[in-house]
Amino acid sequence: MNREEVIRRLNEVFRDVFDDDSISVSEETTSADIEDWDSIEHINLIGSVESEFGMRFKMREVSGMKNVGEMIRIICERGC
Amino acid sequence: MKELVFPFDSRAILRNKRELKKALLSDGTTRIKKNIAVLGGSTADHVVSMLRLFLLNNGIEPHFYKSEYNKFYEDAVFGSPELEAFKPDIVFIHTTSRNLSLMPERANITAEETKCLLDEQFGIFRQVWEGIEQRFGCPIVQNNFELPLFRRTGNFDCWSPSGQAAFINRMNVLLADYAREHQNFYINDINYLSSAIGLEKWHDAEAWYLYKYAMSTAVIPDLAYSAACIIKSIYGRNHKVIDLDLDNTLWGGVVGDDGVDGIEIGQETAVGQSYSEFQSFIKGYKDYGVLLAVCSKNDEENALAGLKHPCSVLGPDDFVSIKANWESKDSNIQNSADELGLLADSFVFIDDNPAECAIIEAQMPQVQTVCLSSVGNAMYALSRGGFFEVTSVSEDDMKRSQMYAENAKRAAQQKKFQSYGDYLKSLQMYASITDFDPVYRQRITQLTNKSNQFNLTTKRFTESEIEEVSVSPDHIRLCGRLTDKFGDNGIVSIVIARCEGSDAHIELWLMSCRVLKRDMELAMLDELVQKCRERGISRIFGYYYKTPKNSMVAGLYESFGFEPVEKCENGDSVWVLPTEGYTNRNNVIQKDKRSYSS
Repeated sequence: MNREEVIRRLNEVFRDVFDDDSISVSEETTSADIEDWDSIEHINLIGSVESEFGMRFKMREVSGMKNVGEMIRIICERGC
Repeated sequence: MKELVFPFDSRAILRNKRELKKALLSDGTTRIKKNIAVLGGSTADHVVSMLRLFLLNNGIEPHFYKSEYNKFYEDAVFGSPELEAFKPDIVFIHTTSRNLSLMPERANITAEETKCLLDEQFGIFRQVWEGIEQRFGCPIVQNNFELPLFRRTGNFDCWSPSGQAAFINRMNVLLADYAREHQNFYINDINYLSSAIGLEKWHDAEAWYLYKYAMSTAVIPDLAYSAACIIKSIYGRNHKVIDLDLDNTLWGGVVGDDGVDGIEIGQETAVGQSYSEFQSFIKGYKDYGVLLAVCSKNDEENALAGLKHPCSVLGPDDFVSIKANWESKDSNIQNSADELGLLADSFVFIDDNPAECAIIEAQMPQVQTVCLSSVGNAMYALSRGGFFEVTSVSEDDMKRSQMYAENAKRAAQQKKFQSYGDYLKSLQMYASITDFDPVYRQRITQLTNKSNQFNLTTKRFTESEIEEVSVSPDHIRLCGRLTDKFGDNGIVSIVIARCEGSDAHIELWLMSCRVLKRDMELAMLDELVQKCRERGISRIFGYYYKTPKNSMVAGLYESFGFEPVEKCENGDSVWVLPTEGYTNRNNVIQKDKRSYSS
């Protein structure tokens, strides 16, 4: 799957989880950019991304992700 | 909302929870408002958000108090100003095996030491419940404990003094005992839930390390659904009626096409057995005050005939409303509801036809539908759906009497039997030995074609040959059915004897191996001799034709007291019994009133 496809599907997950159709994520998006993105929603987001792409993040990745770009990189690395 | 009723898509609910919440809050439903305190032994945020959705979907608008992480004990025992001000209507204690702080660790711990730990651990929880009881006097919903996924010592873990599974199982028994003794205390059975879902899916150790979630986030909807069922039941939001289709729902086949003799119900076939079990399962709901109704596209005459089938567990009297006609099912459900003075939203509709279910879902979204793809799936969906969750206090008396009855039964079973005959008598067997009833012709034919072991002549019959025999004046026919205290074994033995002057020749004698060593063959013999005497027959000839499979009955006629007439080299043999002077041999099976002679 190419990066654009990953971003497109990731964007759908973000819009569902935060129930906000105006969201448009980019590689630079961080939790500071989305109002409801707190530590609890992060858990739900991670779970929803994992089920969307049929993969699991490693523990170090969950706590170390700085922005959406890193999330995309990990998803692409897993070959999803 | 269908998305929020079992079986649901947990991941989709988690992902879309905000949208679902918005949709529920704007659907115009009037809901009762309740304050619910969730005291967690692990992170409870997802539990709260899921509980909110399921309660909203059941007509309850919850307002939540959430304890700080793992402060369930402190909040309950010492109180907190916020909780006092909140005045909970219900307290949900969301704890898990992660909160069993006194679980045995050492390999060399003694049974006595473990018992002390158990008592102390239970004491901690008891303090929590008593604290809540004193402060708020409100209903308590308490998770019991799930089994661990990891077992250091393997199977030993479930019974050793150091075993964690052993400890958890004993805690669960203590909780159940407490629940029986205390009103307003309800167990959310996550021990069952985690087993049903599977411990491999339930547990997610990383979710614990990362977020202090005591189970996989993916199963939190299941946990919350289960707790929501208890809460809505406490507030009287249970469904009240099971409205059932008939053809291929309560029995196999279509009564209008196949006739009463053609539908499958009873112990004779696998399909028949499945519907019998389903009917028994449904009938059991009546004891909990659930009303049963019929909604079937049928002529009423046929519907009633089907329900009066001799093997039907449910009879017409079990239903408070029977709608068997050719009107649309949504109008029939509405009519039943009107007659009973109930709202259609208290109905659960069960039908094997997905099209009928879809129509009801579209026309009457307030009616809960269960599409019966198989009997097993339907029983699971009906029970996991929680539509009839039992919480009411008035059930206590019923449970008590049931408990007494069970104890008495166990005591009886513990008694040692003096002899095998005593054991057989204790089975309380009843034989119904009759002529070939047309309803059973199919089963009789089937038995003649599949019985190999307890079969003296292994003569095969077609259905039309059985019909011929059925009306023949020259034949004695015995069709034996056996019931005992554990249930109905169905048709188990067939005998056909051809009469010729003062002789009778046994052309067929077979018995199902499921009733071996029950003396059913003796009951059949007694009946055969009596029938022969009534016809003035003085000699009964028995034939044993040896096959590779029927050696178990090579000596049957001899054991019956027949004299040998001829023994062939190939193993076949011919036997004779004079009817004069024969005395009945069976003394453990009683005759059912439907028998020829009782």
